[in-house]
Amino acid sequence: MPRIGVFVCQCGNNIAATVDTKKVAEEMAKLPGVVYTTDYKFMCSSPGQEMLKKAIIDNKLDGVIVSACSPHMHEKTFRKASEAAGLNPYRCEITNIREQCSWVHHDKTKKTGTIKSTDLTRMVIERLKRNRPLTKIKIPVRKKALVIGGGIAGIQAALDIAEGGREVILVEKEPSIGGNMARLSETFPTMDCSQCILTPKMVEAELNERITLYTYSEVEKVDGYIGNFTVQIRKKARYVDEALCTGCGECIEKCPFKAESQFEVGLTKRKIIYTPFPQSVPNVPVIDAPNCPKIQKDKCGACAIVCGPKCIDFKQQDRIETVDVGAIIVATGYQNMANERFGEYGYGRIKDVISGMQFERLASSSGPTGGEIRRPSDGKIPKSVVFIQCVGSRDEKKGVSYCSKVCCMYTAKHTMLYSHKVHDGQSYVFYMDIRSGGKRYEEFVRKAIEHDHAMYLRGRVSRVYEKDGKVIVQGADTLSGSQVEIEADMVVLATAIVSRDGADTLAQKLGIGYDKYRFYNEYHPKLKPVETVTAGIFLAGTCMGPMDIPESVAQGSAAASKALALFSADEMTRKPVTALVNRATCNACWDCLTACPYTAIEREDVRNRQGETIRWLARVNEGVCQGCGVCVAACRSKSIDLRGYTDEQVFAAINAF
Amino acid sequence: MKIKLAKEDIESSKIQLIERVSGEEMRRCYQCGKCSAGCPVSFAMELPPSQVMRFLQLGRVDEVMKANSMWTCVGCLQCYARCPQGVSVAAVLEALRQIVLRKGTDHERIKDVPFPFMKSAPQQAIVCGFRKFVS
Repeated sequence: MPRIGVFVCQCGNNIAATVDTKKVAEEMAKLPGVVYTTDYKFMCSSPGQEMLKKAIIDNKLDGVIVSACSPHMHEKTFRKASEAAGLNPYRCEITNIREQCSWVHHDKTKKTGTIKSTDLTRMVIERLKRNRPLTKIKIPVRKKALVIGGGIAGIQAALDIAEGGREVILVEKEPSIGGNMARLSETFPTMDCSQCILTPKMVEAELNERITLYTYSEVEKVDGYIGNFTVQIRKKARYVDEALCTGCGECIEKCPFKAESQFEVGLTKRKIIYTPFPQSVPNVPVIDAPNCPKIQKDKCGACAIVCGPKCIDFKQQDRIETVDVGAIIVATGYQNMANERFGEYGYGRIKDVISGMQFERLASSSGPTGGEIRRPSDGKIPKSVVFIQCVGSRDEKKGVSYCSKVCCMYTAKHTMLYSHKVHDGQSYVFYMDIRSGGKRYEEFVRKAIEHDHAMYLRGRVSRVYEKDGKVIVQGADTLSGSQVEIEADMVVLATAIVSRDGADTLAQKLGIGYDKYRFYNEYHPKLKPVETVTAGIFLAGTCMGPMDIPESVAQGSAAASKALALFSADEMTRKPVTALVNRATCNACWDCLTACPYTAIEREDVRNRQGETIRWLARVNEGVCQGCGVCVAACRSKSIDLRGYTDEQVFAAINAF
Repeated sequence: MKIKLAKEDIESSKIQLIERVSGEEMRRCYQCGKCSAGCPVSFAMELPPSQVMRFLQLGRVDEVMKANSMWTCVGCLQCYARCPQGVSVAAVLEALRQIVLRKGTDHERIKDVPFPFMKSAPQQAIVCGFRKFVS
């Protein structure tokens, strides 16, 4: 016979006002298996907890029920107290007689409230009789992190984890780390040069002995679960041996062919063997294979001839490497929307209509013009420049409905850079709203207008066309209610920030969620901003949505702290509330496998002694299972149960009503 | 209304003159509209104070000169008192009046003004309206 104790809480007057707690306790004492009952003013207070502990020991209780508030409030408290008294914490159950009973009853005679509380408590007693003691799941943790994406967010995360004493693998798709920030000329609102603040961090990441860089590499496959991920990384053929190359640049000098530079956003050309930019990390060139005549047609090979250390290998192939890590940080960043989508702005048709990122390169001292603002068509210095905001942003029909958040600020910065470089120039900005929320941001925009004489016009542009070497911009100024026509020399489009191509494929590999714009979903938008639904995978930076550099860096650090917290213990404990497959009845229909939102269910093949597969079974990976119960509902043969919430327990509770 | 906008319009000599006489910088105004909201005679102006500022920012001096706004302003300085950017639209309108009056082409004689108007108009309005005699 079980020895159950029932503790009915009055919660001051919260429960006692409509429930006769004393009577509930007395009623419960009549039930078989209940050996101790009482009511008390505040069960959650320390005397209340002490009373619970004492009762467990004195009466040799093997199960306790606290009829009180929602288990969300104090389940943890009472399970902890029970554990302290030597009881398995999962032999302690809560009956919710506050939120689901006393608070919703107005009957001050306490009649109905008492009846309902008695019913609820009785149901939980029957449930508790079938509770099996559960032990917390312990999972070993590999204390090594993988960071996907070598932009500022990823670099920051890697540096912070390394500083915390753990090893990091930093994977970057491009030949160099640095990401989009490496392209920027200056940064708002302090106007410090982007390269000057970024490159020290890049070098630090390269030199840090705990950080392993995988540049020109992509994540191929992800297996495993929190603390125990196995990741396959594809190292794309660079055609240059990274170990031997000294970065002398002789090969680049001698290469006779050129192709469009992606780093310079098509503003200029680079050699076929190249480093994206002078401060590239690692400073090892890469051969652009589709454009290389040696690799395509076996002609040329000049680079290999001049190379001193003989590190060029035209036969190099992609390599797959497998790494084991405990946590993954996703910081894959953003890209700009294609401007060609908006025919009215003439991008792609009119040479002097450029994107904001192209303007960054024009203004950058390491850019194609050496920092002089010259328009692409004839290289002249533009005397009037029109900046158009919200190109694709806040455009539900043709673009995206969200605000890209940084364009207002970088356009203000562009007008400043322009006025500093072209003193007799005039800049115009067509905007819908100026969104300058941030420390010293509003002051920055006002400075652009008042000090650097940018002319802000509230309205969109509807037509851009060429006439006599000028770009005519037709827009509106809704503040004065007029149509505005400007003869400009150059037009700069503040293009919407969108998720990277292939963001969805990566999310599927990782098992994390994404929204309709393919930006990754955080676990909770406010309280868990860098976690994902998949334990052990964290997010940082613009892969989640548009944000600026300070925010990306903050998130990089936040994600790193989450990973370090995970690494702080040798083993990770998890709640034992997980699904359990009945191996005798599972008929491997795989409905559970498709239903599971956490990919916690695996196929297990049962083999005979000869090693032949004789049948298949579903198996739950306890490290991944979150105990949501979807598989339980999906299972056709009723072969899956949720520990702590088994069918037997649930039916017993219902029958007791 | 369609306008062509160029640096010469925004920084024309006329604008520079208004800025010099009024001591106010046009680009300080960020078009919140608080002046127009509080101005006691805004309803009677062809261009309310904030619009005057906007037109001047765009270099459209002639349209502002044609409007009755500067003559309607009673100089109560409420616009200045409330402006979050510290711009005195009253000073700008005063500057406009000065510029017109100094040309000496648009003089109004007090005896030509209908007597009932003189009787019903606020004293401050009459004083402002006839500033031309002392300017």
